[in-house]
Amino acid sequence: MTNQIVKMTVNGEKKEILAEPRELLIYVLREKLGLTGPHVGCETSHCGACTVEIDGKSVKSCTMFAVQAEGAEITTIEGLGTPDNLHVLQENFKEHHGLQCGYCTPGMITRAHRLLQENPNPTEEEVRFGIAGNICRCTGYQNIVKSILSAAAELNAAKEAAQ
Amino acid sequence: MITSAFEYHRPSDLAGALSVLEEHGDDARVIAGGHSLIPMMKMRMADVPHLIDLQDIADLKGITIARGIVTIGAMTTQHELINNETLAAAAPIIHEAALQIADPQVRYMGTIGGNVANGDPANDMPGLMQCMDASFTLIGPDGTRSVKARDFYEAAYMTEREDGEILTHISFTAVESGFAYEKQKRKIGDYATAACAVLITKEGSKVASASVAMTNLSDVPVLSEAAGAALVGTSCDAIAVKAAVAAALEDIDPTEDNRGPVEFKMHVAGIIISRAIARAWSRA
Repeated sequence: MTNQIVKMTVNGEKKEILAEPRELLIYVLREKLGLTGPHVGCETSHCGACTVEIDGKSVKSCTMFAVQAEGAEITTIEGLGTPDNLHVLQENFKEHHGLQCGYCTPGMITRAHRLLQENPNPTEEEVRFGIAGNICRCTGYQNIVKSILSAAAELNAAKEAAQ
Repeated sequence: MITSAFEYHRPSDLAGALSVLEEHGDDARVIAGGHSLIPMMKMRMADVPHLIDLQDIADLKGITIARGIVTIGAMTTQHELINNETLAAAAPIIHEAALQIADPQVRYMGTIGGNVANGDPANDMPGLMQCMDASFTLIGPDGTRSVKARDFYEAAYMTEREDGEILTHISFTAVESGFAYEKQKRKIGDYATAACAVLITKEGSKVASASVAMTNLSDVPVLSEAAGAALVGTSCDAIAVKAAVAAALEDIDPTEDNRGPVEFKMHVAGIIISRAIARAWSRA
């Protein structure tokens, strides 16, 4: 089948790639754009390790064809922070032991990032409901929830200080 | 997991989508949120040589309420349903049900149109639409027509929609009844072991009207008229609820699968139906 040119903005940079329509977005991100933050966990829309943000939505990139993202703005974990300049969420996951093996972490943080955009001051219950599409097999979620709540408090304090 | 190869079409209007459907017949299918269809394509249970993406068609989006009639574009996502305050006031049962569908990521993509048109008996919206007596608008080469949700489902994945048609809108009367959508599932993201939608109106201290519909307990959603009738005129006391549950269970035909044997499903259904009736009555 015909390859198509797909134009999208990824982590603020304009990208143009050639993809077969059946190529899933996760593979285009990982193999064609070298963004290996989003992981392939279950590849069946369950685990959330492949979560990226697309036009203000948290999306499992294993359940979307790259051609569907034509014209979209995509943010992956690579677009949130860098090793030298961690995002507040990354800092708090580190601080509160919000990860053990780290496999689910990019998806978890990308999802939490969107959640806090929509609900900057969530309750513990709202955090748990909000990350229900991301599975972690190590932490038991306690420290992940703690990390997100702590990041929310820090972001809110910074916002207040700025005003 | 790699799907079969396909050609990707992304029309900007309904006429464009219909013409691709007409040109390729059985070889073409429309894709809405894709969270049922793409997994099926990945497992090679669906082979779609021509995939028609509806995401650019503005006519399929949006929620409008006029003169008490709510109209929802087929491409409206579950996330949009949940976050629309006007809809939450006009049909709170949709808000309650949509929150119980899948998980956050799936709700950003999954649409009401895909949910009702797919014909999967495990989907939550079809039973709810039957409970609310909603209508579906279909557009095809010969124009548009309206089909009642109660007449739409024929068997698993078999609906009244013809191959050349696209479901464009869902409409229903704003809900002033007591309501509940109760769902038992094994985990977040799972389909229902049993789910039930109930609407009840009250006059004085008695039930004036009642509508009871169930999800994933037969190969189609099931509206139990007998269950509704068993509640009307009663004060929704324990005896009336027991009679309604017994009537509802008569109307379903669950099959054994990894959610449990038939006997277990009948048991869970009975509990879910009685909880849904109790909650709807408490809000009537």
